[in-house]
Amino acid sequence: MTERFKTHEYDVLIIGAGGAGLRAAIEASSTGASVGVVCKSLLGKAHTVMAEGGMAASMGNVDDRDNWKVHFADTMRGGQYLNNCEMAEIHAREAGERVLELEAWGALFDRTKEGKILQRNFGGHKYPRLAHVGDRTGLEMIRTLQDHGIHQGIDFHMEVTVTNLLKDGDRVVAAFGYEREKGRFMLYKAKAIVIATGGIGRAFKVTSNSWEYTGDGHALAYDAGADLIDMEFVQFHPTGMVWPPSVRGILVTEGVRGEGGILTNSEGKRFMFEDVPPLYVSSTADNEEEGWKYVTGDKEANRPPELLTRDHVARKIVKEVKAGRGSPHGGAFLNIAWIKEHIKDSETHIKKKLPSMYHQFMELAEVDITKDPMEVGPTTHYVMGGIRVNAESQMSTVKGLFACGECAAGLHGANRLGGNSLSDLLVFGKRAGEFASKFASECEYGNIGTNEVNALVTESLLPVDRTEGENPYKIQEDLQETMQDLAGISRCDEELKTAIVRIGEYAVRSTTAYAPGNREYNPGWHTALDLHNLLVVSEALCYSAMQRTESRGGHFRSDFPEKTEEGSTYNTVVRRKNDGSMEVERVPVIPQSDEMRAIIEEYK
Amino acid sequence: MGQVTFKIWRGEGDEGHFEEYQTEVSEGMVVLDAIHAIQSDDASDLAVRWNCKAGKCGSCSAEINGMPKLMCMTRLSSLDLDNPIIIEPMKAFPLMKDLVTDVSWNYEAKKSIKPFKPCKPDAPDGTWRMQQEDVERAQEFRKCIECYLCQNVCHVLRDHHDHAEYIGPAFLVKTAAFEMHPLDEENRTLDLKDEQGIGYCNITKCCTKVCPEHITITDNAIIPLKERVVDEFYDPLKKLFRIFKPK
Repeated sequence: MTERFKTHEYDVLIIGAGGAGLRAAIEASSTGASVGVVCKSLLGKAHTVMAEGGMAASMGNVDDRDNWKVHFADTMRGGQYLNNCEMAEIHAREAGERVLELEAWGALFDRTKEGKILQRNFGGHKYPRLAHVGDRTGLEMIRTLQDHGIHQGIDFHMEVTVTNLLKDGDRVVAAFGYEREKGRFMLYKAKAIVIATGGIGRAFKVTSNSWEYTGDGHALAYDAGADLIDMEFVQFHPTGMVWPPSVRGILVTEGVRGEGGILTNSEGKRFMFEDVPPLYVSSTADNEEEGWKYVTGDKEANRPPELLTRDHVARKIVKEVKAGRGSPHGGAFLNIAWIKEHIKDSETHIKKKLPSMYHQFMELAEVDITKDPMEVGPTTHYVMGGIRVNAESQMSTVKGLFACGECAAGLHGANRLGGNSLSDLLVFGKRAGEFASKFASECEYGNIGTNEVNALVTESLLPVDRTEGENPYKIQEDLQETMQDLAGISRCDEELKTAIVRIGEYAVRSTTAYAPGNREYNPGWHTALDLHNLLVVSEALCYSAMQRTESRGGHFRSDFPEKTEEGSTYNTVVRRKNDGSMEVERVPVIPQSDEMRAIIEEYK
Repeated sequence: MGQVTFKIWRGEGDEGHFEEYQTEVSEGMVVLDAIHAIQSDDASDLAVRWNCKAGKCGSCSAEINGMPKLMCMTRLSSLDLDNPIIIEPMKAFPLMKDLVTDVSWNYEAKKSIKPFKPCKPDAPDGTWRMQQEDVERAQEFRKCIECYLCQNVCHVLRDHHDHAEYIGPAFLVKTAAFEMHPLDEENRTLDLKDEQGIGYCNITKCCTKVCPEHITITDNAIIPLKERVVDEFYDPLKKLFRIFKPK
């Protein structure tokens, strides 16, 4: 049988070219491995560009009391102790080194008076810790990695989507997909594969994520037999734009609150001062004056309640809206203009500290944030859950398959702290690249049958080969509605069950998806092929959410609104059974060593 | 706001035509929203690039009523909705399909710029110290989102197709970002003169006008780089020195 696809071979194949994928590629390449990177969009466009606030690393440039132990303890507290504590330790220890390395590759961070990298406050971080560049840190990071990476002998395959992983026995040995331009099929044989595909935001209607984030890496790993863990934990960022409708969900950086922005309701009340969670009472300001002192660098002051963890702030906003105290378009008011009470030339200050936020509101909502409050509400932002990996090596539960960045899980537990994502990408991107390369050096290419690959070609072509069927965009929209309504910020058993039934119906409908036109750059076809991934992650999310009969971090159950003792003892794992059905299991949380426990206690 | 007509370029390579679509528009919508609505309802194979939908990734560049813009940042309320809105792909690059162009040349052009080369760390802890004001000078150029709208309007590329001789404003901005980086000690002036054709720019400033990031491309990036080239290669005194320099 003739081949209906083109083949490439690499020691290490990286799927995804955001911060994690690029860092992994650079590392693998530096060890001498041949490296290919496949990305769904053009190089440099991945969602990392959207990250605004900064990357967390306990360099102590602004407050010298900071060190890796405090960062570790903050990360664990933020994750409500469901984190993979080994990952949290590695992350806290190595983040600073990774930031400095980025500077050595050309990143230009904002500076302190002494000329060191400036660090800013962020929710859940005890000390100012986020290295940043205004509010476009993600762009700085991806561009630095990109500009460094293109000179390292790495092959980039842009606008290629991977749809299947192939195995030889129990080891992953190749990735199959298509390129957008002509719709040609590609087979990438590799000794080790790193998944760095980011998140699942497109499973929801209101999201800060772009079209790419359809849970591809999660589904690829799941289909290949790997465990997914913590899939019930989705971060709904408290501050997305809510008006006008077409921009609903677009992110408003936490940096606004880091710079002194306050949340108020329709009665003008700063509602965040109420219901401060017990874990944070001792470290949170109880009056406006102290909160302001904190954001202006007073080391003795406690943080304002607006800088509590994202899960809490998001739920508080929803509560205000439900009580009828929301903003005109169903959100809360986020006000940075008020700092004119404290700062003389506040207009210039705001434009300098938050340039892209100023720009975004001016151009998309005709709101001048230096004068008027913004309207904000929760938006699907990040999935804490993902591919279960080994803390040291980032290898999944399937041989030869590695994962890093958002699609991997463990570091953030039940809730991610802002700023811990960019540092996660670097720390574990590097490790994934290093260990994937090591794995590759110890094995040969696997065997793959041409017929097996040709069968994938035939299957992939079904939506364009059909002469009639359902519009894939409509199936995607229906799924997004369902997930938004039934599995979003507040969940209950009955609704999750309904969601699972509906997901089953969408899965049936997806087998009739029809994409008119040919294979050349046909978004209808691409949408049809992405459906499978969205369905897998949605189902995994619902089953995991049903399994966790308590509320914690990014997972809130209206039928079990309290946190339970038992809930802190397990993580939820989802895997594919041989018959193709989904299996859910509770596994014990990775035990903390005595040393870790002592650190957590010390910095409580 | 009612029904609005869009005339969108459809086609592949050299073949193509305008196709008319009607769609319902509402308050606050941007052009990209309308494109998505058309894609979802009437033309699922309408090719378009986009990602962040917030003006940060630079994917959705197009020509809207003849003006080069990001579709995600162009509000419909800023356009005349009584007449059809015309949406075309960028013209300086070969068309792939519909609104998507082959921008791969840009990736090659960028690769021709010598990478960042830092000086030795100057602080005892093995890192560098930099002042905020020095950092800010280069930060302006690092705002570039690589949307290539400046490349698209540059007549050297758009009308004269001198892609082989000139890297275009976007990559002069990139070069400026490296050259004005406080730590960089690479020299790129010879490349600017010989390989990257900085002399082709005759300062019409069209690039600056279309930059969605408001980078002062001509004044802050290109002109200072031109000055460096002049200082190094066309300074009459230096030229004399070169002639009489012992070989």
